[in-house]
Amino acid sequence: MINSLEETARKLRRRIIEYSYKTKTPHLGSCLSCIDILVVLYFDIANVNPNSPNDPDRDKVILSKGHAAPALFQVLALKGFFPYESLINSDHVNGGLFGEHPPTPSHLPGIEAATGSLGHGMPMGVGMALANRIQGRDARVFAVLGDGECNEGSIWEAAMFAGSHRLDNLTVIVDFNKWQATDRSSDVLAINPFKDKWSAFGWNTFEVDGHDIPSMIKLLQSDSNKSGQPLAIIAHTVKGKGIDFMEDDNNWHYRTPNAVEFAMALEQLGYDQ
Amino acid sequence: MRTAFADEITKLGAEDSRVVLLSGDIGNRMFDDFKDKNSNRFYNCGIAEANMMSMASGMALSGLRPVTYTITPFTTTRCLEQIRVGVCYHNAPVIIVGTGSGLSYSSLGPTHHSLEDIAILRALPGIVVFAPGDKAELRSGLRAALKQNKPVYIRLGKKNEPQVYSDEFNHSLRLGKATTVIEGNDICFIGTGNILPEVMQAASTLKATGISVQVESFHTIKPLDIEKLSKLFSRFDNVVVVEEHSCIGGLNSAIAEWIISQRVMPRARLLSIATDDRFLHEIGDHAFARRYFGIDAKSIELRAIEALSEQT
Repeated sequence: MINSLEETARKLRRRIIEYSYKTKTPHLGSCLSCIDILVVLYFDIANVNPNSPNDPDRDKVILSKGHAAPALFQVLALKGFFPYESLINSDHVNGGLFGEHPPTPSHLPGIEAATGSLGHGMPMGVGMALANRIQGRDARVFAVLGDGECNEGSIWEAAMFAGSHRLDNLTVIVDFNKWQATDRSSDVLAINPFKDKWSAFGWNTFEVDGHDIPSMIKLLQSDSNKSGQPLAIIAHTVKGKGIDFMEDDNNWHYRTPNAVEFAMALEQLGYDQ
Repeated sequence: MRTAFADEITKLGAEDSRVVLLSGDIGNRMFDDFKDKNSNRFYNCGIAEANMMSMASGMALSGLRPVTYTITPFTTTRCLEQIRVGVCYHNAPVIIVGTGSGLSYSSLGPTHHSLEDIAILRALPGIVVFAPGDKAELRSGLRAALKQNKPVYIRLGKKNEPQVYSDEFNHSLRLGKATTVIEGNDICFIGTGNILPEVMQAASTLKATGISVQVESFHTIKPLDIEKLSKLFSRFDNVVVVEEHSCIGGLNSAIAEWIISQRVMPRARLLSIATDDRFLHEIGDHAFARRYFGIDAKSIELRAIEALSEQT
């Protein structure tokens, strides 16, 4: 099981890098830091079914850090929400569907919120979690955030609401890759002590290695949060994880690989050309 | 208007289990009845309007019909991006209710005035912009808003405004269709929102002097009733548009946009009564603020007389 999830993550890393190389889509570092989190959610934890993407009882996963959409698109395609071919053959100049951020749910199955402007997805997720409670649905809501995104005040408004209403059907996973667009996140604003912040807002908070799939699964299993509080997972990650010359190098926030770099990346992932 | 809102939303909440009321730490006593009847469908979201609006969009996407409620600038411009992205981009059926619109909270100063909200919100794709002129229009329009499967912005006045229609409870309007309040022949007044009673008063004073005024309530600014505009602008020489809103971007601007899109310039001249492009730095009551900006009944009346005399 774990081996197969790790193999899925490896396959997705390859597809993400290939897509970035061929389409010149940026935010590769951000995609590679959160891909293991997305694999855990979509291929193990979350109750989502590509054959019934609008099932009202489904779990909902929101990529609040919407600029990692290229990773999400690959995950949704592999999961079967739409054909892989429609993604890799999509038009990037004259009216295609797959841009640099997720489109709205009514335009692409599997998407729960059109994110990209930071600080919107998680508060929308709070609304969905509260809706589940009002409607008596036993479904969970997961929001994947960036550490840079936590600059936004709306994240903390939402955190306060979820904490005070003890929305234990809501989980936030922060892809804490220590970078934002132009600098170290700890140098831009006072993000630390990060775990204490979430705890202080009334969340059941854990830290984990965001590339350690078994540890994340253990924390995210539905019966693991008995606190009655919303769950916050601070996932320590490496931006550009998996490709040594991209790892922790923030140039890969915007850069896309050239042919040589693409070949090197494939080799590192253990793929032939 | 706001007590009528509390009463009507309480009825709607009882009829429709999808209705959820979100308040930005305001009007709590007013909603006691709603809370008694639907304790799990009222949330005081605190003084955190951005989160309130995003939550509303998430709830709407989950099949509920959330209604956000707080003072107009805080539920509109304060959280504009949440309305633009969460609500409008997703076409989420959220009802956004602003209370104390225009200069209603005159003495609270420009932080609590809203003279730009119509301009800003009507620029967002897909949203309905509705400004009821009294309780009757509000009650009917709120019911109609709940039947729309799209975002609706409702711009309320304050409480104890004069009634325009005698029957508060059985009035019937259609969103996007203007209402002829008074038939007349000499000049046409188009009013929107909480200034409508002033428009009515001006029309009444003019009638006593022998001037016959037609009064139209353009309670819906978007979508604009262009069929009605075509009729009015071909029938009258002067159409006076009155709004408790900036001269920039409101109903007058919306009608001007329609006029310049016409192949043939319509017969009527468009006259605007709206607030100047400035903040009010003097403190006073609502009537003072309206006089200050020249949008009160007397100013409307004088403007009409002036327009008619220019014509002859």
